[in-house]
Amino acid sequence: MASIVAVIASTHHPFYYKASTATGEDRPPFADEWERKILAFRETLTRANPDVLVMVGSDHFHQLWLDNMPQFLVGKAPFYDANWYNEEREFGLPRMLLKGQEDLSAHILRNGLDEGFDLAFSNELRIDHSITCPIITLRPEADLPIVPIYTNIFAPPLPQPSRFVKLGETIRQIVEQWPSHLRVAIIGTGHLSLELGGPRQFGPHGPDPEFDRKAVEWIATGDLDSCLREVSLDSLHSPGNATHGFMDFMLMMGVAGAGAKADYVDTLDLFHTMEAYFTWYPNGSSALGGAR
Amino acid sequence: MSKYLIDKFLYTVDRDPDLVERYRSEPAELVTWWEAARANTVLNCITGESSTWLRFTDDERQALIAHDHVRLFELGAHPFLTLTLFIAMFERDNKEPLEYQKAFGARLAHFDLPYPDIAT
Repeated sequence: MASIVAVIASTHHPFYYKASTATGEDRPPFADEWERKILAFRETLTRANPDVLVMVGSDHFHQLWLDNMPQFLVGKAPFYDANWYNEEREFGLPRMLLKGQEDLSAHILRNGLDEGFDLAFSNELRIDHSITCPIITLRPEADLPIVPIYTNIFAPPLPQPSRFVKLGETIRQIVEQWPSHLRVAIIGTGHLSLELGGPRQFGPHGPDPEFDRKAVEWIATGDLDSCLREVSLDSLHSPGNATHGFMDFMLMMGVAGAGAKADYVDTLDLFHTMEAYFTWYPNGSSALGGAR
Repeated sequence: MSKYLIDKFLYTVDRDPDLVERYRSEPAELVTWWEAARANTVLNCITGESSTWLRFTDDERQALIAHDHVRLFELGAHPFLTLTLFIAMFERDNKEPLEYQKAFGARLAHFDLPYPDIAT
């Protein structure tokens, strides 16, 4: 069976690419520290030596639209073109082409349906920065085949937070049952407190530092009980109007497992939003072998 | 009240560089043209299979023509769509980083929670 060699949860800040590649006067003052943290975070994936990446993210009204809106969607295609005109325009993101791992896509779709998730699928999916940002930060070679999984954190009505957790738990079980010798890393990105298009946007910090502090604690300690007790679809409006993206972190807590302490935790307090980076090694970091 | 149609306008204009420029420079012309020619287009269908019932209210049309993002927020337009398109049109006039983004937020400062419902 396949082995899950790393579980990674991260924010996806679309400005990282531009900040980290800027030079001279264009380089923002926070770029050096940000890049150092990203390089350290990248090492947590590199040392796990994965063959395949399952990538959980959320389409930002690019290909998925309100005339035909899936709640959870799995890509199944041999290739995925990536990044969109408005992401090039606003964030300077490059066009990319990623390979797909169709066998694992098919396995997740079949078994997800059988486990009670009526997953939508796409055979031609252009992915956006919720998935390309972690490729850029964690695997900039973009050389590993992926399975993209999109969640709706954006267009109400949304699934309940508990549903995200359950989907994460189910993805973990399904991937562990994949008849393959390959090493799989499951990577998902979301947000801590975030406001977009509202009065609290683009402040000196994230809109709700207290929520961010609690959220980082929940994730780092695998405290799903407290997280599920405090977080609801209604409550997530309070830390910031785009904070429903936190439910993708909750999905990744489900992948990591209740009570699973993260093996790597780092944060960076930036303007606009707090960055947060977590890695779990399900088999223990000592099981990573010679890949280190 | 057609939040969906406002969102459809913002979404389809934002993804087309030519329409972004037309909306910036000739908003009345662009909004009028879009409502007549594009509002009823089902995005994945040929022209002969368009919808027949979508139109803006006067209030919505006026807010779009006036580039009135505060009114759009009040009407329940999806704030991510509004922000993205308005940054595309007006960030270029910034004299310092994030100037437009901060001003955009400041113009919404009178809104308290709960914000207008964005469900479509």
